[in-house]
Amino acid sequence: MSEALALIDYGAGNLHSVHNALKAAGAHHVTVTADPDLVMGAKRIVLPGVGSYKACMKGLDAIPGLVEALEERVLEDGVPFLGICVGMQLLATQGVEHGITCGLGWIPGEVRLIERTDPAIKVPHMGWNDVAHAHHHDGAELIEEGEAYFLHSYHFVPDNGRDIAAMTDHGGGLVAAVARDNILGVQFHPEKSQRYGLDLLTRFLDWKP
Amino acid sequence: MTVRIRVIPCLDVADGRVVKGVNFVDLKDAGDPVEQAQAYDAAGADELCFLDISASHEGRGTLLDIVRRTAEVCFMPVTVGGGVRTVDDARALLLAGADKVAVNSAAVSRPEVVNEIAEKMGSQCCVASIDARRVAEGKWEIFTHGGRKPTGIDALEHAVKLAELGAGELLVTSMDGDGTKAGYDLALTRTIADAVSVPVVASGGVGTLDHLVEGVTQGHASAVLAASIFHFGTYTIAEAHAALRNAGLPARA
Repeated sequence: MSEALALIDYGAGNLHSVHNALKAAGAHHVTVTADPDLVMGAKRIVLPGVGSYKACMKGLDAIPGLVEALEERVLEDGVPFLGICVGMQLLATQGVEHGITCGLGWIPGEVRLIERTDPAIKVPHMGWNDVAHAHHHDGAELIEEGEAYFLHSYHFVPDNGRDIAAMTDHGGGLVAAVARDNILGVQFHPEKSQRYGLDLLTRFLDWKP
Repeated sequence: MTVRIRVIPCLDVADGRVVKGVNFVDLKDAGDPVEQAQAYDAAGADELCFLDISASHEGRGTLLDIVRRTAEVCFMPVTVGGGVRTVDDARALLLAGADKVAVNSAAVSRPEVVNEIAEKMGSQCCVASIDARRVAEGKWEIFTHGGRKPTGIDALEHAVKLAELGAGELLVTSMDGDGTKAGYDLALTRTIADAVSVPVVASGGVGTLDHLVEGVTQGHASAVLAASIFHFGTYTIAEAHAALRNAGLPARA
Protein backbone atom coordinates (compact mmCIF):
# COMPACT_ATOMS: atom_id res chain seq x y z
CA MET A 1 0.00 0.00 0.00
CA SER A 2 2.99 2.28 -0.10
CA GLU A 3 2.96 2.59 -3.88
CA ALA A 4 2.07 5.85 -5.62
CA LEU A 5 -1.63 6.42 -6.17
CA ALA A 6 -2.81 9.20 -8.47
CA LEU A 7 -6.09 10.85 -7.50
CA ILE A 8 -7.12 12.77 -10.58
CA ASP A 9 -7.77 16.45 -9.89
CA TYR A 10 -9.91 17.92 -12.64
CA GLY A 11 -12.17 20.06 -10.47
CA ALA A 12 -14.49 17.33 -9.17
CA GLY A 13 -16.37 18.37 -6.05
CA ASN A 14 -15.71 15.20 -4.08
CA LEU A 15 -11.93 15.25 -4.58
CA HIS A 16 -11.06 16.07 -0.97
CA SER A 17 -13.58 13.64 0.49
CA VAL A 18 -12.13 10.84 -1.65
CA HIS A 19 -8.62 11.87 -0.62
CA ASN A 20 -9.56 11.77 3.08
CA ALA A 21 -11.20 8.37 2.66
CA LEU A 22 -8.23 6.89 0.78
CA LYS A 23 -5.94 8.01 3.60
CA ALA A 24 -8.30 6.51 6.19
CA ALA A 25 -8.37 3.29 4.13
CA GLY A 26 -4.60 3.01 4.37
CA ALA A 27 -3.18 4.77 1.31
CA HIS A 28 0.11 6.46 2.20
CA HIS A 29 1.22 8.01 -1.05
CA VAL A 30 -1.72 9.75 -2.65
CA THR A 31 -0.77 12.32 -5.27
CA VAL A 32 -3.61 14.70 -6.10
CA THR A 33 -2.77 15.62 -9.65
CA ALA A 34 -3.81 16.36 -13.21
CA ASP A 35 -0.23 16.14 -14.51
CA PRO A 36 0.01 13.49 -17.28
CA ASP A 37 3.62 12.74 -16.29
CA LEU A 38 2.62 11.93 -12.72
CA VAL A 39 -0.27 9.81 -13.99
CA MET A 40 2.25 7.87 -16.10
CA GLY A 41 4.21 7.09 -12.93
CA ALA A 42 1.20 6.06 -10.85
CA LYS A 43 0.71 2.46 -9.74
CA ARG A 44 -2.99 2.98 -9.05
CA ILE A 45 -5.45 5.57 -10.31
CA VAL A 46 -8.69 6.92 -8.80
CA LEU A 47 -11.07 9.14 -10.78
CA PRO A 48 -13.65 10.97 -8.63
CA GLY A 49 -16.62 12.90 -10.02
CA VAL A 50 -19.91 14.52 -9.06
CA GLY A 51 -22.28 16.83 -10.89
CA SER A 52 -23.02 16.73 -14.57
CA TYR A 53 -21.53 14.24 -17.04
CA LYS A 54 -20.88 16.93 -19.58
CA ALA A 55 -19.08 19.24 -17.14
CA CYS A 56 -16.95 16.37 -15.82
CA MET A 57 -15.90 15.14 -19.28
CA LYS A 58 -15.14 18.72 -20.31
CA GLY A 59 -13.01 19.07 -17.19
CA LEU A 60 -10.99 15.96 -18.11
CA ASP A 61 -10.64 16.98 -21.77
CA ALA A 62 -9.51 20.47 -20.79
CA ILE A 63 -6.23 19.13 -19.39
CA PRO A 64 -3.82 18.50 -22.30
CA GLY A 65 -2.56 14.92 -22.44
CA LEU A 66 -4.50 13.71 -19.40
CA VAL A 67 -6.96 11.38 -21.16
CA GLU A 68 -4.12 9.97 -23.28
CA ALA A 69 -2.01 9.32 -20.17
CA LEU A 70 -4.96 7.63 -18.43
CA GLU A 71 -5.58 5.43 -21.48
CA GLU A 72 -1.97 4.38 -21.76
CA ARG A 73 -1.63 3.64 -18.05
CA VAL A 74 -4.97 1.88 -17.56
CA LEU A 75 -5.71 0.22 -20.90
CA GLU A 76 -2.15 -0.66 -21.98
CA ASP A 77 -0.19 -1.00 -18.73
CA GLY A 78 -3.08 -2.51 -16.77
CA VAL A 79 -2.77 -0.32 -13.69
CA PRO A 80 -5.67 -0.80 -11.22
CA PHE A 81 -8.28 1.91 -11.76
CA LEU A 82 -11.26 3.03 -9.69
CA GLY A 83 -13.93 5.43 -10.95
CA ILE A 84 -16.41 6.86 -8.44
CA CYS A 85 -19.94 8.13 -9.27
CA VAL A 86 -19.56 10.32 -12.37
CA GLY A 87 -15.95 9.03 -12.48
CA MET A 88 -17.52 5.59 -13.04
CA GLN A 89 -20.05 6.89 -15.55
CA LEU A 90 -17.27 8.45 -17.63
CA LEU A 91 -16.13 4.89 -18.45
CA ALA A 92 -19.17 4.64 -20.75
CA THR A 93 -19.24 5.37 -24.46
CA GLN A 94 -21.51 8.34 -23.95
CA GLY A 95 -23.80 10.23 -21.60
CA VAL A 96 -27.06 11.92 -22.54
CA GLU A 97 -27.24 14.56 -19.77
CA HIS A 98 -27.57 18.07 -21.33
CA GLY A 99 -27.04 16.66 -24.85
CA ILE A 100 -24.89 13.72 -25.93
CA THR A 101 -21.34 13.76 -24.55
CA CYS A 102 -18.70 11.20 -25.51
CA GLY A 103 -17.18 9.43 -22.50
CA LEU A 104 -13.91 7.53 -22.19
CA GLY A 105 -15.53 4.50 -23.84
CA TRP A 106 -13.50 1.94 -21.85
CA ILE A 107 -16.65 0.01 -20.94
CA PRO A 108 -19.18 0.23 -23.79
CA GLY A 109 -22.55 1.58 -22.73
CA GLU A 110 -24.67 4.65 -22.18
CA VAL A 111 -25.45 6.84 -19.17
CA ARG A 112 -29.18 7.63 -19.02
CA LEU A 113 -31.67 9.41 -16.78
CA ILE A 114 -33.21 7.19 -14.10
CA GLU A 115 -36.78 6.44 -15.10
CA ARG A 116 -39.49 7.19 -12.55
CA THR A 117 -41.46 3.97 -12.83
CA ASP A 118 -43.74 5.03 -9.99
CA PRO A 119 -44.53 8.42 -8.38
CA ALA A 120 -43.03 7.12 -5.15
CA ILE A 121 -39.67 6.67 -6.90
CA LYS A 122 -37.74 9.88 -6.33
CA VAL A 123 -34.95 11.17 -8.53
CA PRO A 124 -32.12 11.81 -7.62
CA HIS A 125 -31.66 8.32 -6.19
CA MET A 126 -30.40 9.56 -2.85
CA GLY A 127 -29.43 7.51 0.16
CA TRP A 128 -28.25 4.12 1.34
CA ASN A 129 -29.15 1.15 -0.81
CA ASP A 130 -28.09 -2.42 -1.51
CA VAL A 131 -24.98 -3.40 -3.36
CA ALA A 132 -25.79 -6.91 -4.61
CA HIS A 133 -23.54 -9.10 -6.73
CA ALA A 134 -24.54 -9.46 -10.35
CA HIS A 135 -24.83 -13.00 -11.65
CA HIS A 136 -22.10 -14.50 -13.79
CA HIS A 137 -19.52 -11.89 -12.87
CA ASP A 138 -16.14 -13.24 -11.89
CA GLY A 139 -14.40 -9.90 -11.36
CA ALA A 140 -16.43 -8.96 -8.30
CA GLU A 141 -13.95 -9.96 -5.59
CA LEU A 142 -13.56 -6.29 -4.64
CA ILE A 143 -17.25 -5.69 -4.17
CA GLU A 144 -18.77 -7.17 -1.04
CA GLU A 145 -22.51 -7.22 -0.67
CA GLY A 146 -23.81 -4.56 1.70
CA GLU A 147 -25.27 -1.07 1.91
CA ALA A 148 -23.66 2.00 0.36
CA TYR A 149 -24.59 5.65 -0.16
CA PHE A 150 -25.88 6.60 -3.62
CA LEU A 151 -26.51 10.09 -4.98
CA HIS A 152 -27.27 10.29 -8.71
CA SER A 153 -29.96 11.03 -11.28
CA TYR A 154 -28.33 9.20 -14.19
CA HIS A 155 -27.24 5.59 -14.37
CA PHE A 156 -24.80 3.51 -16.40
CA VAL A 157 -26.36 0.98 -18.80
CA PRO A 158 -23.49 -1.21 -20.11
CA ASP A 159 -23.92 -2.83 -23.54
CA ASN A 160 -22.51 -6.06 -22.22
CA GLY A 161 -24.06 -7.52 -19.06
CA ARG A 162 -20.73 -9.22 -18.29
CA ASP A 163 -19.29 -5.83 -17.34
CA ILE A 164 -21.81 -5.45 -14.51
CA ALA A 165 -20.27 -6.35 -11.14
CA ALA A 166 -23.10 -5.30 -8.83
CA MET A 167 -26.67 -4.03 -8.93
CA THR A 168 -28.94 -1.98 -6.72
CA ASP A 169 -32.71 -1.43 -6.85
CA HIS A 170 -34.56 1.86 -7.21
CA GLY A 171 -37.84 1.34 -9.03
CA GLY A 172 -36.03 -1.35 -11.00
CA GLY A 173 -32.46 -2.56 -11.25
CA LEU A 174 -29.69 0.02 -11.50
CA VAL A 175 -26.01 -0.79 -12.03
CA ALA A 176 -24.09 -0.25 -8.78
CA ALA A 177 -20.66 -1.31 -10.07
CA VAL A 178 -18.95 -2.20 -13.32
CA ALA A 179 -15.70 -4.14 -13.65
CA ARG A 180 -13.52 -5.31 -16.46
CA ASP A 181 -9.94 -6.58 -16.07
CA ASN A 182 -8.10 -3.90 -14.05
CA ILE A 183 -10.97 -1.39 -14.20
CA LEU A 184 -13.53 -0.93 -11.42
CA GLY A 185 -16.28 1.67 -11.37
CA VAL A 186 -18.75 2.24 -8.54
CA GLN A 187 -21.90 4.34 -8.83
CA PHE A 188 -22.14 4.78 -5.05
CA HIS A 189 -19.79 6.87 -2.90
CA PRO A 190 -17.33 4.71 -0.94
CA GLU A 191 -15.96 7.91 0.59
CA LYS A 192 -19.40 8.53 2.13
CA SER A 193 -20.33 4.95 2.97
CA GLN A 194 -18.77 4.70 6.42
CA ARG A 195 -17.17 1.30 7.19
CA TYR A 196 -18.49 -0.37 4.04
CA GLY A 197 -16.87 2.24 1.82
CA LEU A 198 -13.54 2.40 3.62
CA ASP A 199 -13.26 -1.41 3.48
CA LEU A 200 -13.89 -1.34 -0.26
CA LEU A 201 -11.14 1.26 -0.72
CA THR A 202 -8.76 -0.85 1.37
CA ARG A 203 -9.44 -3.84 -0.90
CA PHE A 204 -8.87 -1.65 -3.95
CA LEU A 205 -5.49 -0.57 -2.52
CA ASP A 206 -4.50 -4.25 -2.25
CA TRP A 207 -6.04 -5.28 -5.57
CA LYS A 208 -3.80 -7.17 -7.97
CA PRO A 209 -5.94 -7.76 -11.04
CA MET B 1 -34.98 -3.82 -0.82
CA THR B 2 -35.04 -0.28 -2.03
CA VAL B 3 -33.39 2.97 -1.02
CA ARG B 4 -33.47 3.33 2.78
CA ILE B 5 -35.34 6.03 4.66
CA ARG B 6 -32.61 8.35 5.90
CA VAL B 7 -32.36 9.40 9.54
CA ILE B 8 -30.61 12.77 9.74
CA PRO B 9 -29.50 14.41 12.98
CA CYS B 10 -29.19 18.18 12.64
CA LEU B 11 -26.66 20.26 14.56
CA ASP B 12 -27.22 23.99 14.98
CA VAL B 13 -23.88 25.78 14.93
CA ALA B 14 -23.08 29.40 15.77
CA ASP B 15 -19.58 30.88 15.66
CA GLY B 16 -18.05 27.44 15.56
CA ARG B 17 -19.93 25.94 18.48
CA VAL B 18 -22.91 23.61 18.72
CA VAL B 19 -25.76 25.72 20.02
CA LYS B 20 -28.41 23.38 21.35
CA GLY B 21 -27.21 21.41 24.33
CA VAL B 22 -25.91 17.98 23.57
CA ASN B 23 -25.72 15.05 25.82
CA PHE B 24 -23.42 12.33 24.54
CA VAL B 25 -21.74 10.86 27.59
CA ASP B 26 -18.19 10.37 26.40
CA LEU B 27 -17.44 13.62 24.61
CA LYS B 28 -14.51 15.71 25.74
CA ASP B 29 -16.06 18.89 24.43
CA ALA B 30 -19.80 18.71 23.90
CA GLY B 31 -19.75 22.03 22.09
CA ASP B 32 -17.33 20.90 19.38
CA PRO B 33 -19.29 20.23 16.17
CA VAL B 34 -16.60 17.91 14.83
CA GLU B 35 -16.76 15.68 17.89
CA GLN B 36 -20.54 15.62 17.62
CA ALA B 37 -20.34 14.71 13.96
CA GLN B 38 -17.93 11.86 14.70
CA ALA B 39 -20.25 10.53 17.36
CA TYR B 40 -23.14 10.47 14.88
CA ASP B 41 -20.93 8.89 12.23
CA ALA B 42 -20.02 6.12 14.67
CA ALA B 43 -23.69 5.76 15.64
CA GLY B 44 -24.62 5.02 12.03
CA ALA B 45 -26.50 8.20 11.14
CA ASP B 46 -27.41 8.08 7.44
CA GLU B 47 -26.43 11.71 6.89
CA LEU B 48 -25.60 14.72 9.00
CA CYS B 49 -26.90 18.26 8.73
CA PHE B 50 -25.05 21.35 9.99
CA LEU B 51 -27.20 24.43 10.22
CA ASP B 52 -25.16 27.59 10.67
CA ILE B 53 -27.02 30.22 12.64
CA SER B 54 -24.06 32.57 13.13
CA ALA B 55 -25.16 36.17 13.06
CA SER B 56 -21.72 37.47 12.20
CA HIS B 57 -19.59 37.21 9.10
CA GLU B 58 -16.68 35.93 11.20
CA GLY B 59 -18.75 32.88 12.05
CA ARG B 60 -18.76 31.87 8.37
CA GLY B 61 -15.03 31.29 8.12
CA THR B 62 -15.25 29.14 11.21
CA LEU B 63 -17.99 27.11 9.56
CA LEU B 64 -15.75 26.27 6.60
CA ASP B 65 -13.10 25.10 9.03
CA ILE B 66 -15.64 22.89 10.81
CA VAL B 67 -16.76 21.35 7.53
CA ARG B 68 -13.15 20.74 6.51
CA ARG B 69 -12.26 19.09 9.80
CA THR B 70 -15.45 17.03 9.77
CA ALA B 71 -14.73 15.73 6.27
CA GLU B 72 -11.31 14.55 7.45
CA VAL B 73 -12.75 12.22 10.04
CA CYS B 74 -16.36 11.49 9.04
CA PHE B 75 -17.19 9.30 6.09
CA MET B 76 -20.86 10.03 5.71
CA PRO B 77 -22.77 12.62 3.68
CA VAL B 78 -22.96 16.09 5.20
CA THR B 79 -25.44 18.82 4.28
CA VAL B 80 -24.62 22.37 5.32
CA GLY B 81 -27.21 25.13 5.47
CA GLY B 82 -27.50 28.65 6.78
CA GLY B 83 -26.27 31.78 5.09
CA VAL B 84 -25.76 30.26 1.63
CA ARG B 85 -26.56 33.17 -0.70
CA THR B 86 -24.49 32.67 -3.84
CA VAL B 87 -22.85 30.07 -6.06
CA ASP B 88 -19.52 31.04 -4.48
CA ASP B 89 -20.86 30.35 -0.97
CA ALA B 90 -22.01 26.93 -2.17
CA ARG B 91 -18.75 26.16 -3.95
CA ALA B 92 -16.67 27.07 -0.87
CA LEU B 93 -18.70 24.67 1.30
CA LEU B 94 -18.55 21.84 -1.25
CA LEU B 95 -14.79 22.23 -1.68
CA ALA B 96 -14.41 22.20 2.10
CA GLY B 97 -16.08 18.78 2.11
CA ALA B 98 -19.84 19.33 2.27
CA ASP B 99 -21.81 17.00 -0.01
CA LYS B 100 -24.90 19.15 -0.22
CA VAL B 101 -25.68 22.77 0.54
CA ALA B 102 -29.08 23.97 1.70
CA VAL B 103 -30.30 27.31 0.39
CA ASN B 104 -32.96 29.04 2.44
CA SER B 105 -33.75 32.77 2.54
CA ALA B 106 -31.62 33.52 -0.53
CA ALA B 107 -34.00 31.31 -2.52
CA VAL B 108 -36.96 33.27 -1.17
CA SER B 109 -35.67 36.63 -2.36
CA ARG B 110 -34.05 35.22 -5.51
CA PRO B 111 -35.17 31.67 -6.47
CA GLU B 112 -32.76 31.65 -9.47
CA VAL B 113 -29.86 31.06 -7.09
CA VAL B 114 -31.07 27.44 -6.88
CA ASN B 115 -30.77 27.13 -10.64
CA GLU B 116 -27.31 28.70 -10.62
CA ILE B 117 -26.01 26.27 -8.01
CA ALA B 118 -27.64 23.28 -9.73
CA GLU B 119 -26.18 24.25 -13.12
CA LYS B 120 -22.66 24.77 -11.80
CA MET B 121 -22.41 22.06 -9.16
CA GLY B 122 -25.22 19.65 -10.04
CA SER B 123 -28.74 19.18 -8.68
CA GLN B 124 -27.53 16.38 -6.43
CA CYS B 125 -25.78 18.86 -4.13
CA CYS B 126 -28.46 21.55 -4.11
CA VAL B 127 -31.00 21.33 -1.29
CA ALA B 128 -33.77 23.92 -1.07
CA SER B 129 -35.02 24.69 2.44
CA ILE B 130 -38.72 25.42 2.79
CA ASP B 131 -39.64 27.07 6.11
CA ALA B 132 -43.41 27.25 6.29
CA ARG B 133 -46.27 28.07 8.62
CA ARG B 134 -49.86 26.99 8.24
CA VAL B 135 -52.08 29.98 7.46
CA ALA B 136 -55.35 28.19 6.64
CA GLU B 137 -56.66 24.66 6.24
CA GLY B 138 -54.45 23.03 3.59
CA LYS B 139 -52.51 26.25 3.01
CA TRP B 140 -48.99 27.18 4.12
CA GLU B 141 -46.87 30.28 3.71
CA ILE B 142 -43.10 30.76 3.55
CA PHE B 143 -41.66 32.50 6.60
CA THR B 144 -38.13 33.83 7.01
CA HIS B 145 -36.04 35.03 9.96
CA GLY B 146 -36.49 31.85 11.95
CA GLY B 147 -40.21 31.76 11.29
CA ARG B 148 -40.94 35.31 12.43
CA LYS B 149 -41.38 37.11 9.12
CA PRO B 150 -44.20 36.27 6.69
CA THR B 151 -43.45 36.60 2.97
CA GLY B 152 -46.87 36.15 1.38
CA ILE B 153 -45.39 33.32 -0.73
CA ASP B 154 -47.40 30.09 -0.94
CA ALA B 155 -45.23 27.24 0.36
CA LEU B 156 -46.41 24.63 -2.15
CA GLU B 157 -45.89 26.91 -5.14
CA HIS B 158 -42.46 27.89 -3.84
CA ALA B 159 -41.45 24.25 -3.28
CA VAL B 160 -42.56 23.17 -6.76
CA LYS B 161 -40.76 26.13 -8.30
CA LEU B 162 -37.47 25.40 -6.53
CA ALA B 163 -37.65 21.73 -7.56
CA GLU B 164 -38.21 22.82 -11.17
CA LEU B 165 -35.26 25.20 -10.90
CA GLY B 166 -33.04 22.23 -10.14
CA ALA B 167 -33.05 21.58 -6.39
CA GLY B 168 -32.20 17.90 -5.91
CA GLU B 169 -33.91 17.71 -2.54
CA LEU B 170 -36.33 19.75 -0.45
CA LEU B 171 -35.91 20.21 3.30
CA VAL B 172 -39.41 21.01 4.51
CA THR B 173 -39.58 22.52 8.01
CA SER B 174 -42.79 23.33 9.80
CA MET B 175 -42.07 26.50 11.74
CA ASP B 176 -45.24 25.81 13.73
CA GLY B 177 -43.90 22.43 14.79
CA ASP B 178 -40.25 23.39 15.30
CA GLY B 179 -39.27 22.89 18.92
CA THR B 180 -42.72 21.68 20.02
CA LYS B 181 -42.02 17.92 20.03
CA ALA B 182 -45.62 17.52 18.76
CA GLY B 183 -44.62 15.86 15.50
CA TYR B 184 -44.09 16.98 11.92
CA ASP B 185 -46.78 18.91 10.05
CA LEU B 186 -47.72 15.79 8.10
CA ALA B 187 -50.16 17.50 5.76
CA LEU B 188 -47.51 20.07 4.79
CA THR B 189 -44.87 17.39 4.21
CA ARG B 190 -47.23 15.18 2.20
CA THR B 191 -48.63 18.03 0.12
CA ILE B 192 -45.14 18.99 -1.02
CA ALA B 193 -43.73 15.44 -1.31
CA ASP B 194 -46.62 14.36 -3.54
CA ALA B 195 -46.16 17.39 -5.81
CA VAL B 196 -42.43 17.00 -6.60
CA SER B 197 -40.23 14.29 -8.11
CA VAL B 198 -37.26 14.93 -5.82
CA PRO B 199 -36.85 13.55 -2.28
CA VAL B 200 -38.34 15.50 0.62
CA VAL B 201 -36.82 15.63 4.11
CA ALA B 202 -39.37 16.12 6.90
CA SER B 203 -38.27 18.53 9.61
CA GLY B 204 -39.59 20.38 12.64
CA GLY B 205 -41.35 19.05 15.71
CA VAL B 206 -40.08 15.53 16.37
CA GLY B 207 -40.62 14.33 19.92
CA THR B 208 -41.00 10.57 19.56
CA LEU B 209 -39.93 7.72 17.31
CA ASP B 210 -43.53 7.43 16.08
CA HIS B 211 -43.19 10.94 14.69
CA LEU B 212 -40.31 9.77 12.49
CA VAL B 213 -42.39 6.85 11.21
CA GLU B 214 -45.40 9.10 10.53
CA GLY B 215 -43.17 11.49 8.58
CA VAL B 216 -42.72 8.68 6.07
CA THR B 217 -46.00 6.77 6.19
CA GLN B 218 -48.24 9.85 6.33
CA GLY B 219 -45.90 12.65 5.26
CA HIS B 220 -44.45 10.65 2.33
CA ALA B 221 -40.95 11.91 3.20
CA SER B 222 -37.81 10.14 1.97
CA ALA B 223 -35.81 11.22 4.99
CA VAL B 224 -36.51 12.35 8.53
CA LEU B 225 -34.55 15.08 10.30
CA ALA B 226 -34.48 15.64 14.04
CA ALA B 227 -32.33 17.46 16.53
CA SER B 228 -33.12 17.38 20.23
CA ILE B 229 -34.38 13.79 20.51
CA PHE B 230 -30.93 12.65 19.41
CA HIS B 231 -28.84 15.37 21.04
CA PHE B 232 -30.39 14.87 24.46
CA GLY B 233 -29.99 11.12 24.15
CA THR B 234 -33.74 10.48 24.33
CA TYR B 235 -33.35 8.08 21.41
CA THR B 236 -30.40 6.67 19.52
CA ILE B 237 -29.97 6.50 15.75
CA ALA B 238 -30.22 2.70 16.05
CA GLU B 239 -33.59 3.03 17.82
CA ALA B 240 -34.81 5.34 15.06
CA HIS B 241 -33.77 2.82 12.41
CA ALA B 242 -35.44 0.00 14.36
CA ALA B 243 -38.68 1.98 14.69
CA LEU B 244 -38.77 2.51 10.92
CA ARG B 245 -38.05 -1.16 10.24
CA ASN B 246 -40.73 -2.26 12.73
CA ALA B 247 -43.21 -0.14 10.78
CA GLY B 248 -42.28 -2.09 7.63
CA LEU B 249 -40.15 0.70 6.17
CA PRO B 250 -36.71 0.20 4.64
CA ALA B 251 -34.02 1.40 7.05
CA ARG B 252 -30.43 0.48 7.69
CA ALA B 253 -29.76 -2.33 10.14
